[in-house]
Amino acid sequence: MLGRTLREVSAALKQGQITPTELCQKCLSLIKKTKFLNAYITVSEEVALKQAEESEKRYKNGQSLGDLDGIPVAVKDNFSTSGIETTCASNMLKGYIPPYNATVVQKLLDQGALLMGKTNLDEFAMGSGSTDGVFGPVKNPWSYSKQYREKRKQNLHSKNEDSDWLITGGSSGGSAAAVSAFTCYAALGSDTGGSTRNPAAHCGLVGFKPSYGLVSRHGLIPLVNSMDVPGILTRCVDDAAIVLGALAGPDPKDSTTVHDPINKPFMLPSLADVSKLCIGIPKEYLVPELSSEVRSLWSKAADLFESEGAKVLEVSLPHTSYSIVCYHVLCTSEVASNMARFDGLQYGHRCDIDVSTEAMYAATRREGFNDVVRGRILSGNFFLLKENYENYFVKAQKVRRLIANDFVNAFNSGVDVLLTPTTLSEAVPYLEFIKEDNRTRSAQDDIFTQAVNMAGLPAVSIPVALSNQGLPIGLQFIGRAFCDQQLLTVAKWFEKQVQFPVIQLQELMDDCSAVLENEKLASVSLKQ
Amino acid sequence: MAAPMLRWVGRGRRWTFARVDGGSCHRRGAPTGSTSNRIRGQSSVAQQPLYTTQKPRKGEHKWAAVVGLEIHAQISSNSKLFSGSQVRFSAPPNSLVSFFDASLPGTLPVLNRRCVEAAVMTGLALNCHINKKSLFDRKHYFYADLPAGYQITQQRLPIAVNGSLTYGICAGKKQSQVIPKTVRIKQIQLEQDSGKSLHDDLRSQTLIDLNRAGVGLLEVVLEPDLSCGEEAAAAVRELQLILQALGTSQANMAEGQLRVDANISVHHPGEPLGVRTEVKNLNSIRFLAKAIDYEIQRQIDELENGGEILNETRSFHHQLGCTMSMRDKEGKQDYRFMPEPNLPPLVLYDATSLPAGADPQQVINIDQIRETLPELPRVTRERLVQQYGMLLEHSFTLLNEVGLLEFFQNVIKETRAEPKKVTSWVLNNFLGYLKQQNLAVSESPVTPSALAELLDLLDSRTISSAAAKQVFEELWKREGKTPGQIVSEKQLELMEDRGPLEQLCHSVMEAHPQVVTIWGRGEGQSHLQSQPQDTPKSLAITLCGSPEALPKNDWPSFIYNSLIVIFLVKVMDLKEGNPRAINKLIGLVRKATQSRADPAMIKEILEKKLSS
Repeated sequence: MLGRTLREVSAALKQGQITPTELCQKCLSLIKKTKFLNAYITVSEEVALKQAEESEKRYKNGQSLGDLDGIPVAVKDNFSTSGIETTCASNMLKGYIPPYNATVVQKLLDQGALLMGKTNLDEFAMGSGSTDGVFGPVKNPWSYSKQYREKRKQNLHSKNEDSDWLITGGSSGGSAAAVSAFTCYAALGSDTGGSTRNPAAHCGLVGFKPSYGLVSRHGLIPLVNSMDVPGILTRCVDDAAIVLGALAGPDPKDSTTVHDPINKPFMLPSLADVSKLCIGIPKEYLVPELSSEVRSLWSKAADLFESEGAKVLEVSLPHTSYSIVCYHVLCTSEVASNMARFDGLQYGHRCDIDVSTEAMYAATRREGFNDVVRGRILSGNFFLLKENYENYFVKAQKVRRLIANDFVNAFNSGVDVLLTPTTLSEAVPYLEFIKEDNRTRSAQDDIFTQAVNMAGLPAVSIPVALSNQGLPIGLQFIGRAFCDQQLLTVAKWFEKQVQFPVIQLQELMDDCSAVLENEKLASVSLKQ
Repeated sequence: MAAPMLRWVGRGRRWTFARVDGGSCHRRGAPTGSTSNRIRGQSSVAQQPLYTTQKPRKGEHKWAAVVGLEIHAQISSNSKLFSGSQVRFSAPPNSLVSFFDASLPGTLPVLNRRCVEAAVMTGLALNCHINKKSLFDRKHYFYADLPAGYQITQQRLPIAVNGSLTYGICAGKKQSQVIPKTVRIKQIQLEQDSGKSLHDDLRSQTLIDLNRAGVGLLEVVLEPDLSCGEEAAAAVRELQLILQALGTSQANMAEGQLRVDANISVHHPGEPLGVRTEVKNLNSIRFLAKAIDYEIQRQIDELENGGEILNETRSFHHQLGCTMSMRDKEGKQDYRFMPEPNLPPLVLYDATSLPAGADPQQVINIDQIRETLPELPRVTRERLVQQYGMLLEHSFTLLNEVGLLEFFQNVIKETRAEPKKVTSWVLNNFLGYLKQQNLAVSESPVTPSALAELLDLLDSRTISSAAAKQVFEELWKREGKTPGQIVSEKQLELMEDRGPLEQLCHSVMEAHPQVVTIWGRGEGQSHLQSQPQDTPKSLAITLCGSPEALPKNDWPSFIYNSLIVIFLVKVMDLKEGNPRAINKLIGLVRKATQSRADPAMIKEILEKKLSS
């Protein structure tokens, strides 16, 4: 049951094959067994069980709230959850219990979903590995998969398996690990420069970033307000569509959500024919750093579309190479501003120093934020100084406009969706990853995902195949603004073609056979 | 020690400003530094825009002051600029704070429509160009009562620009002439208010009240077209009246709904502008004028003595009446402005740009707001002058006192008395009593209806105007009696019937022929004329010839008769061409009749009787 997709388990709940409480307990057990992954910062066991109980009553009375009723979900720990600690993986917010739910959280709860817990991340979502949070790094469940282990035995004669675990990518690595390790059926991430798509690609999941303005940001503790979007991590495209259907829509509490009606619910048609589709391949995305495996898969994917009758065009997004630098200026500037509220006065961490208010601010912020956050605050304040504003911030905004226009031009040339890699390579071992500093890594890892956030477009990473090492590789589809449904429809067709294998966590699961009972996890295929 | 030196030297009566709000000083800590030696009388400052140096040298330098104002007006609205929490003065601390106001992470601003409408309305009333598209910015600084670490304001593209404010300055010997002046308005911007910090020096604690945090403000920026405290005060007073007329702000300075910062510099005309200082903490119009004039003089003195003016922020100290450097520790503030990413551009429409089928709840139509503009104070004054024939300065006074115009209009509505009579009573008697007892119009013991009834009694000649003043005095005692009741209780009705009065005069003259004889002796006449301040008793002795001849009883009728005699004496005076004498006598007679007899009638009757 745990290995199923959201849609399948939803059907099982409706048919009474399992009750929400049973499902919830199974997930809770698995969360405990997989604690070493460090996917969750907070497990909201009591809340989840109570929600399950209520859901069960509804099912008994035939009053199910819909597809999400009784479905265990997890939420990244930078979404405000009423009564449940929300830390952003930072000392600054340790112990902070928000008095309100983020709109997306509330919408999930309103649909009957069970909140299993809050997932790990890089501090304040600043990172691409989920390694830089105060609660420690998240381990990629694929590190323990049969696929990876077998390959690894063949390839290397591994010295120390335990220290060779892989990163999840990030910053929504906790959410990705939680879904990937079957502890829940969907999870919320956030996506500012690729933070949902990147870990999805590394963990073999569907990672969806909706159009900016389609889903409310109210309650999402911001990284960059003008780029942040709640992201969705699921095991298949249909599941992402179900969750999007529950979340999308205008929110009076977020003035940047759009009022234009969007087709709801997000039922995705099964494309029988892609001959009317035009797929764009941005030539600038073919960078030297791209691993040959990813490049080859990307190329195969293009061939697949072409062979099925779609038109595949090379397009140009000429300003792509400026995206990283531009993002750096805009991101750090907003970070400097957004982090100003963490002064220790009203909530969160406060230092013991009380010589003066200024001294208290300084010590609180020094103790509360890690080096990455402090570094970004410092750069951001530099860019916003009166004498620098025109030269940095205003210029970066202009470049942002050019980058957004690149996409507009590409779509105006007749392209329906763009096909790109999501990441340069598959997930790397933690010890490898931490050789570079956070800034360098973020700059490298966000290269294919960041520009989309600048333009506010919808994008989705789809797991395509396993690398030689037995690790998942994802490709990204980028759609026109607010054409999220079309984008997901194409992604669904593609998903069906590639038949990405399910993670085989037998070794891991052996430890918890009591939980899994007769589940045929390893053999559950995405599509029968 | 400095305080007594700081008398505000009066310059005669001007049209009055708002009630002086006393005792609203919340300064913390004791003032330091010696400033008293700089303080001198400033009466000359406000009257002439050009300043003569204190110690004129050869070829005497003239100084000109340049004053610009930044005025923050709290928008009168039920809820805050970007959140749903209520706006209320003096609510329990931190009782009106939403998650957004406390800057809880993840909360977002949602613009309050009412605040936008108030800004548009104010912009229109101040002849501004309304920007169809305006933007919001973040202004960053760390302060304990600014929980987000930034304030949302409109720095780059404000909602209204390029307006003007016309106000009046009183001039002339009696300050009775009103000179119109205009100050340009640079811009009006919407922004958030901060919370309040309460410093407890004893325990070295700062307590924060966030009730005010996030309340909508209109920042009105005036161009530096002003040249003295009086002009600034008059301009702010006019703006206050406009805001109150529009209902866009209660603009009560004592409650902090209107706050003024002044930018001040001095220079020699024709030369570049001098370095300016900013004076903050001006919480009444009187202090505003005082602070500006003080600061102008300070700068002149400083420069005259070879000093220099620092570009600094200064605070006005109410008790000492001087400005003092606030000694900003951080030095130069860089506010690191940045566009507010959570608010889309604010787009306004007019009749021509309104999209077809737009939801009126979702759009703001400038033309529609223009139609709802109420009468502005300038127009109200013109109307008062036209409609009631009052003097322009009277119209200023009526508008300047909070609630006085409404009081006046309510009286007018209910009385048959002439508007001029009403104006005179409201501005002289009513306002005089208020001022004397330092009361606001709303605290008046006399209601408009009571005054209207009183004026009706006067108008219908039921009472004399002297009796009316007596009734008014009774009304002021708050005994809950109507003017009618007071008149009948005190028997203040005018002796209206001619018959009884004539008969009284006649019988009095007939019954006391000896009184006439005394008058005929001549010495009585001269005595009476030379010593009008005599007591009744001394008069009586004079009349009777000796103290022994005084009556044993029936004093009232004796005095009455005596007065008639005096009156007759004066009538003779009149015949001899001495009108002042008869006026004095009429006064005495009126007093004797408790002002009940109409002097004109008495005069007429007696003249007739004497000449016949």
